[in-house]
Amino acid sequence: MLQSELDLIREEILSVSGVNPLKCMQCGKCSGTCPSYGKMEYHPNQFVHMVETGNVVPLLKSESLYTCLSCFACVERCPRQVEPAKLVEAVRMVVERQRNGQHLEAEKIPEYLDSDMPQQAVVSAFRKYRK
Amino acid sequence: MNNKTYAYFPGCTLRNKALDLDRYARASAEALGFYLREIPDWQCCGGTYPLAKDETAAKLSSVRALASARDSGQDLVTICSACHNVIKQVNNDMQHDENSMRKVNNYLKEDRIEYHGETKVRHYLEVLRDVIGWNTVKAKVVKPFTGKKIGAYYGCLLLRPGNVMQMDDPENPVIMEDFIRAIGAIPVIYALRNECCGAYTVFEDKEIPAERSREILDNAETNGAELIVTACPLCRYNLVKNRCGNDAEIFYFTELLAEALGVKEKVTAAMEASYASV
Repeated sequence: MLQSELDLIREEILSVSGVNPLKCMQCGKCSGTCPSYGKMEYHPNQFVHMVETGNVVPLLKSESLYTCLSCFACVERCPRQVEPAKLVEAVRMVVERQRNGQHLEAEKIPEYLDSDMPQQAVVSAFRKYRK
Repeated sequence: MNNKTYAYFPGCTLRNKALDLDRYARASAEALGFYLREIPDWQCCGGTYPLAKDETAAKLSSVRALASARDSGQDLVTICSACHNVIKQVNNDMQHDENSMRKVNNYLKEDRIEYHGETKVRHYLEVLRDVIGWNTVKAKVVKPFTGKKIGAYYGCLLLRPGNVMQMDDPENPVIMEDFIRAIGAIPVIYALRNECCGAYTVFEDKEIPAERSREILDNAETNGAELIVTACPLCRYNLVKNRCGNDAEIFYFTELLAEALGVKEKVTAAMEASYASV
């Protein structure tokens, strides 16, 4: 990927998230409190650092985009109001808004369904895993 | 504050898989002297608040409901944690985010809607606390859960982000514990009561909600919880689905409220009759 393309992606992530990674002091509290820590290849503080330094390609390919729970634990507990979850969301958006970038196909839904699954689960997954 | 009427946003799940959460809430409201008037033609909130700054379409259903409540002169009440989270956050955008305000209102011009965050959004628990009052709830209890140890499970969406939800202290909440006391039971405090159950990630890796839910249930039981209450259908689903040698049953808070107020049987009978007639 050309450097100019990478710069554009980084700008898109910053603009869509509204996050200023320079506020981050890398204390790691977001990752320490993340309930999905063990399921993430890159943790919330790493997302912030990697976007700040322009190292976005590994993030675009990472499964961590889909194991974030959007539970706002990192947002609530960040001492600098960096709001890492918004950065994770923005990277996910950059991927899912690409042609063929959808992470969840409607045809895949029935295999997960059972008679108790709330509509809320399906609606939320569609919002998070496809655009 | 008797006979107070609220504009009510049930949301997709309370019309379907969590119909009981809705029915027990309505009957309990009646017993406590307030009325939930369902907003006409409401649309699903989307389940998750759109975090991307440039999302507009995903906010429209919330704004339509908020504007409808304003036009009827009523506060908007939600019960589902997800609806509550989405609608309160969108309302906050419509008060403070110029970009959202401009784009959403531009889009809704054809519906002759202009909205700037005028509506007050209350969770049902906030109505109990702030309008009815715990003492009044307590006074109306006819079947108290005396001696029952109940763990409140807040999950993630009910309280966070705290500066927008403004419901309770997101790290040391008391609203559900106060509710538990009001119905005569003993609240059990445990560390994971405000940590996420795994939410929608069953579609990514079913081990995520399984691990999260088991940790939460084990933590609640270790601290002595005999029952767990929640306001969120997805939390309840994940906890129930992933029980693993756990004894504590998981209830919607409205079911325990209806039982304490002595209106549960009436509701259960009506629901069974309506299922039988389908």
